Amino acid sequence: MSEHKPREVLLAPIFANNPIALQILGICSALAITTKMSTTVTMCIAVIFVMTFSNFFVSLIRNIIPSNIRIIVQMTIITALVILVDQVLQAFAFQLSRELSVFVGLIITNCIVMGRAEAFAMQNPPLISAVDGFGNALGYSVVLLIVGFCRELFGSGSVFGVQIMPLSTEGGWYVANGLMLLPPSAFFLIAGFIWVLRTFRTEQVESEEFEIGPNTRVSPAF
Amino acid sequence: MFEEYLSLFIRAVFVENLALAFFLGMCTFLAISKKVETAFGLGVAVIVILALTVPINNLVLHNFLDEGALAWTGIAALETVDLRFLGLMCYIGLIAASVQILEMVLDKYVPALYNALGVFLPLITVNCAILGGSLFMVERNYDFGESVVFGLGGGVGWALAIVLLAAIREKLKYSDVPHGLRGLGIVFLITGLMSLGFMSFAGVQL
Repeated sequence: MSEHKPREVLLAPIFANNPIALQILGICSALAITTKMSTTVTMCIAVIFVMTFSNFFVSLIRNIIPSNIRIIVQMTIITALVILVDQVLQAFAFQLSRELSVFVGLIITNCIVMGRAEAFAMQNPPLISAVDGFGNALGYSVVLLIVGFCRELFGSGSVFGVQIMPLSTEGGWYVANGLMLLPPSAFFLIAGFIWVLRTFRTEQVESEEFEIGPNTRVSPAF
Repeated sequence: MFEEYLSLFIRAVFVENLALAFFLGMCTFLAISKKVETAFGLGVAVIVILALTVPINNLVLHNFLDEGALAWTGIAALETVDLRFLGLMCYIGLIAASVQILEMVLDKYVPALYNALGVFLPLITVNCAILGGSLFMVERNYDFGESVVFGLGGGVGWALAIVLLAAIREKLKYSDVPHGLRGLGIVFLITGLMSLGFMSFAGVQL
């Protein structure tokens, strides 16, 4: 196993190897909660917490987990951490936990958490694994925050509930874009994010199964 | 009674589609939708597992976890116990167990179906749509009958969505997509458009 540099492990997942844009991991519980910045930030913090510690603990006991029940062991560790987050949210931010509804619980089945535990924490020492978990969670958060920012700004003209662009319904000039508050807009925004990312990092472009041949027939219009 | 169930079923399939309205099971949804055949196999597996686990979790919730649910044991100390904070762990454990059991049963009695589903069965444990189905059941306080209908409807809706997406992607192979959007990007856009289409079901009621 080659040595991992903490800096690379931390920064690589943010753009070069982004879990959402490149690895198709962890999209499940991410999109439904990005209509507002406050819920988005809460979700990001929850995921960062769960991922850092799940990677740390899985890595701590990686040498004593029998390999055929490792999935269940990882799952139990992750679930315990998520229950912790859920209980804390219910106790100190009940309103937010209402708005997030089932999506806090769904961090358990978020594939990034499992994926990193399986792919990284099982082979590496605890500290570097925690850094890897933190970095991947950051990469996830970056996408989520961009999507959340766009959706709240254009959907209701505010950021963190503070009105930035006065709405036309309240005498201002901005006509709210209702589409941004609906589920499909998150897909469009992520597609846009991937497009921009891959325009600058062309090595991430996927190759097609078929190549379209050049048009050889002379057009009848001539 | 029957009308209520039918209305709940229609709502779970179209209006509150787990994949397109709540983004559940997106990872598998995007990754395994390249061919209609495999998408169909996965869809069937999800229907079966959702229809099994949501009612089972409903029984567990009402007989073990809810406040005062342990009263049937007759032990005085247990009558006021509220174990709902253990919910998440029980649900995910039960889902993993039922997937495993289903896998063994299919292997023994219906090998043809087992071979067709192949690798998808174990994958389903970490599919958010399954856990999401159970959590929605808890949040909306469904009783046993409703949870059966909701589990079945949610599964059918998810399967419908993935088969539709796979069909579109099969046609898409021959189209000329801008470089940066190839693969994942264009699939996101299509899913967004499909989700927009499914929004037109909002407000449908029986």
